[in-house]
Amino acid sequence: MDYFTLVIAAIFVNNIVLAQYLGNCPFIGTSKESGVAIGMGLAVVFVATMAAAITWCVQRFLLVPFDLAYLQTITFILVIASLVQFVEMFLKKAVPPLYKSLGIFLPLITTNCAVLGIAIICQREEYTLLQTIIFSIASGAGFMLALVVLASIRERLDLARVPTSLRGTPLALIMAGLMSLAFFAFKGMAS
Amino acid sequence: MIMTSVLVLLGIGFTAAAILAVASKLLYVYEDPRIAEVESVLAGANCGGCGFPGCAAAAQGVVDGKAGATVCVIGGDEVATNVAAIMGLGFSSMEKQIAFVDCTGGIRAEEIYDYAGVSDCRAQNLLYGGNKMCPEGCLGHGTCVTACQFGAIDMGPQGYPVVDPALCTACGACAQVCPRGVITIWGMTARLTHLNEITDCLAPCRQRCPGQINIPRYIEQTSRGDFAGALETIRERIPMPLTIGRVCPYPCESACRRTHVDAPVGINMVKRYVADWEMNSGQRQPVTCAPETGRRVAVVGGGPAGLSCAFYLRRLGHSPTIFESMPSLGGQLRYGIPEYRLPKAVLDWEIQGILDLGIDVVHGKAFGTDFDLDSLKEDGFEAVFLGIGAWMNMTLRIEGEDTKGVETGTEFLTKVGLNMETGVGRKVVVVGGGNTAIDTARTSVRLGADVTLMYRRTKGEMPANIEEIIGAEEEGVKYLFLAAPTRIISDESGHVTHVEYIRMELGEPDETGRRSPIPVEGSETIIDTDTVYTAIGQKPELSCLYDEGGNCPLEQTKWRTLAAHPVTLQTALPHVFTGGDMHTGPGIVITALGEGRKAARSIHQYLTDGAPHYSAKVQRDLIPYTMFTHVPDVGYRKRSTVPHLIGCDQRVCTFKEIEGALSSEEAKHEACRCLRCGLTCYNRDLPARECNEDGCVSRS
Repeated sequence: MDYFTLVIAAIFVNNIVLAQYLGNCPFIGTSKESGVAIGMGLAVVFVATMAAAITWCVQRFLLVPFDLAYLQTITFILVIASLVQFVEMFLKKAVPPLYKSLGIFLPLITTNCAVLGIAIICQREEYTLLQTIIFSIASGAGFMLALVVLASIRERLDLARVPTSLRGTPLALIMAGLMSLAFFAFKGMAS
Repeated sequence: MIMTSVLVLLGIGFTAAAILAVASKLLYVYEDPRIAEVESVLAGANCGGCGFPGCAAAAQGVVDGKAGATVCVIGGDEVATNVAAIMGLGFSSMEKQIAFVDCTGGIRAEEIYDYAGVSDCRAQNLLYGGNKMCPEGCLGHGTCVTACQFGAIDMGPQGYPVVDPALCTACGACAQVCPRGVITIWGMTARLTHLNEITDCLAPCRQRCPGQINIPRYIEQTSRGDFAGALETIRERIPMPLTIGRVCPYPCESACRRTHVDAPVGINMVKRYVADWEMNSGQRQPVTCAPETGRRVAVVGGGPAGLSCAFYLRRLGHSPTIFESMPSLGGQLRYGIPEYRLPKAVLDWEIQGILDLGIDVVHGKAFGTDFDLDSLKEDGFEAVFLGIGAWMNMTLRIEGEDTKGVETGTEFLTKVGLNMETGVGRKVVVVGGGNTAIDTARTSVRLGADVTLMYRRTKGEMPANIEEIIGAEEEGVKYLFLAAPTRIISDESGHVTHVEYIRMELGEPDETGRRSPIPVEGSETIIDTDTVYTAIGQKPELSCLYDEGGNCPLEQTKWRTLAAHPVTLQTALPHVFTGGDMHTGPGIVITALGEGRKAARSIHQYLTDGAPHYSAKVQRDLIPYTMFTHVPDVGYRKRSTVPHLIGCDQRVCTFKEIEGALSSEEAKHEACRCLRCGLTCYNRDLPARECNEDGCVSRS
């Protein structure tokens, strides 16, 4: 498969949030300011890539040989949670500035279904390890793109006159829906 | 199959746990347990007012020593005590800070275009800097109201935000979002040490006042009946409202915007009214002082400049000591200004109020003879304020000046002030045209003399206050304009008998704009006299600054006054500051009081920050765009007149005070004449149908 198509498909056509509807909680929760959104996006790219690579190995060398594919979901959750904990400890010791800038986002990602989703999609599509890594980076980038765009829109909306009942999350959901519609324009560009 | 699954999951779980256990051992980072403790006692609002990103970071900062116990701006003393207990730090009580709105324009400010965009000050500010004509005023969309997490700000009815001091935590969120810099967070120290800046909401009178008093504010407080508040406002800038209310020639009124409608607001009358209210109430209003710092400052000279400097140093928490060579404090206020203008009882009451704050006074010690800058340093004074005034008289430089019966006006007034025998005769000639000359003339009248005042220009050029000139005339002082003494003639015993003078005529205006007098040749005339008082100007006596070797560590100006930085008043020696007549030459009392505060501000910064500093935006001159003379939509309202306590006929034999205070109705009327000006805005009269408030003026 063409890697370029893979990247385009992951970012635009099958955008993890806007097309696959995964990771909505952080998508709404951390899209109030664009600075925060960028931090969260970077954290997702980083963790999703690590998680997808490790779960690929777990699937390939543990679950498949022992015929345990039905344990995929629970195993992946366990692995991702441990991984995030480990990465957090490692960064705190080795790269304190990065640890500080990622701040509270790392533990947030532990239970982020976008990360789990990316890992599982890689298995379903039966990607190679390289494809898995490229796909997960691109998917993370797609998540970040959606997050930053929504955050920018919401920053503008703060200045607008909005009916009280729609202020905050309701309006954010409407905006997310409209963005989702817009991203449907990419449908069919790449499989 | 279940067995396999359980085993596999257990295996994975154990592996992960083992890896994490090893990792946590290997990758362990020591974290001070006090961080968590400190964080638990902080307010937890994550408001960012402390400058750290959130409470956790602030706690980290405290433990790292980057912040003190008072890190939490919203927690107050309680949180600070807890933090100090955890960290084992001492802390002194925090100064209460509060958001202050420096705009009184609001809906009164004129708009230069119709704005229909997003209702947010920041957004509007992007469009030509907002639609208000005033470049500094509030835009009125209430962005600060939304920024406040504590509900302390509301958009007031006047179109500018109003802060509720009980709810304000001084977190600074409002000040951050305001694109105009209308809101500042400040406490008492900042208020007392603030100098007028060109971006402040400065009414013309505030720009003109040498003491920088917030005039519109105290007039507004007076009109509401909040006299205590008005006094507090005045005392943020000058310590002597009673004195100033009586003797000030009110330069502020010359800048009053109402002048262009009818007559200036009687600003000083209002000040005198509230000051007298305090004295007559018998109870002094409390004056707050910062906690003691224990830093000692020597204030040399107990005149208006010295008293003002000591007052503000004390309020900023330092311990000033006043050194006074005369028996009583007050300087020229006591020994230069006569009783009928400023009764000694009033002055004593006012000075006692200043000393009651805890200021030490050393009497009878003269600078230069009993002590000097070195001995002050040895005695533990960290800074020195020199304010010895301008007591040395200029001489006439004519023949016979040292004749018996010729004296200077200030010497005469000092003797009167000390209740000494003056030796004043029956026929007095006073030479000069300033306030000292008038004071000398009017005092001589009260001692039973027939007085002629000789001045080399005309009445229009006299530097004295117009009320004083008229008052003297009413009391029978004869004016001899366009005359300058040329010779003093004495009899055999060496006592003055005549003065010879020459007529003058006015020539072309010189660079100061005053027409200079030219003698008319051959017009010499002789008049009878037995006493001559000269009052043609004074300068500071700077000989006390020289040591035995004739060296002076300080610099002097070409007018023989002490040279100092114009804003900080720091002299050539970093720990020596000056102000008042010693720095400016003979000036008015309000200038001396203002300089005293400026010097106290610089000394405070010198003691706390190492050097005095000031903003580049400090206001030095009147701001041109605020000085417009076309003031539409304001109707005529009669200016009050100061009542005279005693009639003209009685004045000549009594030293009782002449001018009285306004009645409360008159004071209220005068306060309501104030237009509450900002830089460009002012109160316009309302159309009749909107006029339903008490004291509102309708447009006719």
